[in-house]
Amino acid sequence: MSNGLCVLVPVTEVATVEDEFEIEGTAIADQYLGADLNEWDDYAVEEAVQLQEAGLADEVVTVTIGPEDCEQTIRQALAKGADRAIRVWDDALEGVDLLDVGAKTELLKAVVEAEEPDLVLSGVQSGDDSFGATGVSLASAVDFQWGAVVNGLEHDLEDGVASVRRELEGGVEELTDIDLPAVLTIQTGINEPRYASLRGIRQAQRKDLDVQTLADLGVDASAVEGDLELSEMYEPETESDVTVWEGGADDTAGQLAELLREKGVAQ
Amino acid sequence: MTDVLAVADHRRGELRDVSYELVTAGRELADVTGGNLHLAIISGPVDDFAEKANREGVDAIHTVSHGEEFNHDVYTQAITQLYDAIAPQYVLAPNSVNGLDYAPAVADELDLPIVTDAVGLEADGQTLIANREMYGGKVETTVEVDAESALVTIRSAEWPTAEGTGDAEIEAFDVEIDEDAIGSSVTGFEEVGGGDVDISEADVLVSIGRGIEEEENLDIIRELADALDATLSSSRPIVDNGWLPKNRQVGQSGKVVTPDVYIAIGISGAVQHVAGMKGSDTIVAINTDPNAPIMDIADYAIHDDLFDVVPALTEQFQ
Repeated sequence: MSNGLCVLVPVTEVATVEDEFEIEGTAIADQYLGADLNEWDDYAVEEAVQLQEAGLADEVVTVTIGPEDCEQTIRQALAKGADRAIRVWDDALEGVDLLDVGAKTELLKAVVEAEEPDLVLSGVQSGDDSFGATGVSLASAVDFQWGAVVNGLEHDLEDGVASVRRELEGGVEELTDIDLPAVLTIQTGINEPRYASLRGIRQAQRKDLDVQTLADLGVDASAVEGDLELSEMYEPETESDVTVWEGGADDTAGQLAELLREKGVAQ
Repeated sequence: MTDVLAVADHRRGELRDVSYELVTAGRELADVTGGNLHLAIISGPVDDFAEKANREGVDAIHTVSHGEEFNHDVYTQAITQLYDAIAPQYVLAPNSVNGLDYAPAVADELDLPIVTDAVGLEADGQTLIANREMYGGKVETTVEVDAESALVTIRSAEWPTAEGTGDAEIEAFDVEIDEDAIGSSVTGFEEVGGGDVDISEADVLVSIGRGIEEEENLDIIRELADALDATLSSSRPIVDNGWLPKNRQVGQSGKVVTPDVYIAIGISGAVQHVAGMKGSDTIVAINTDPNAPIMDIADYAIHDDLFDVVPALTEQFQ
């Protein structure tokens, strides 16, 4: 009989944007968008899998709010070692262009209540809308303890306490003890996320990926109608007065060298 | 419900600049809503902070003297109780690491919509419109908040700091902190990024970002730094990957640098990075993407492949 922890990892598929793009209405036109596992979540998955490999966690479950299209991204997390996945989606979510923090919290809360994890490891933020608030909001909603922007977690978790490092600004880290159950938002750099092995990728195809609707979770549709509306999207005005050097690499390097010599560099 | 409540930010005995920026942002909002600007100062030497933060535009300062250091449970409890007492329309908090450790919990407790990392705010008394970036600064958006009350965290250095001396009433707020609900405790702090090199002392920095692609490729950057007699630094991903030690990282969570010349190579210029190097005298960017945010603050740029330009530049100095 094992008494390891259950770790829940919220995993988001984020939209990635090409260097050159166009905006249509309040969104970037589809042809310039790609999709990827959110960078911060990649570190959260790795941390959870390492806890499991250290014998501290029994099960690593991912949860994703998203349509069927994002199953490939979910399988990436499974291929890296998560045991099974939950995907939350519903027709009611189809037309929501900005799912706000409150709505995400309601959905994830229902999953936490069903799964009863000891530890939730979420990414600090998602790379597309960068709200950085869902993890802490979720902790508050389910009455868990929490720590935001964690870049170190001691792998002992003795006495139901997580000893973490929080990355503050300016190269200062705060050492904090947090009671479990807890939500930790994971910062990049906490570990080195692995690449999925071929065996992992094969196994991921057979792992359980459970789809849950709002009704399955017992969440009312009104809960996901947020108070926020994305009303405009535009390219930021640049105040740039940059001098761009044109030409081949030898020409541009020559011009830069001239500038550097003027500034007294390497003399 | 027309008042605005702003929450000051401090760490290890120092009031942080964003506190004064919150006063400016809060005053602007309160002028539109027609209410008062309240400032909350929680934990630490609150009387000292209150005196410092009493700048033009603040109507009332509420101090909560509880503990020396930041604790998110103390903050959450104090702010929710202040909210009940003052009934503000808007609550403003810093989008700092600590701000993000309590603001979402406050919003959840009070059932308020939350908008984080705002770079601009407008209100008309009913709707609040926040400007925020998406996709790492590639686009800016406006988000309309259709609610009676809301919580917003603001990005640092987007509003000017409030100046002058205010005449706010300073009052100790009578708060009941439930100690049993506090489930985390700070056991210490550590400065990271010490060691052999102090990049903040360098006159010339050759700084490398994600564009280098592979660790092995760092050699061409080292060769350039040697040729220029410059110091090597980097953006966050390089340190995250373990390719360079933390003491080489420029940015919000690393070092703030102000060299004579900063050469940003393969660095897109995310806001966290720019916060650490925008004070450089001359900024040169080498990047294939002409729309990269680094171009907005660069003085000179080469829109070309670093693997072509860097060796050519090194050759010029050998």
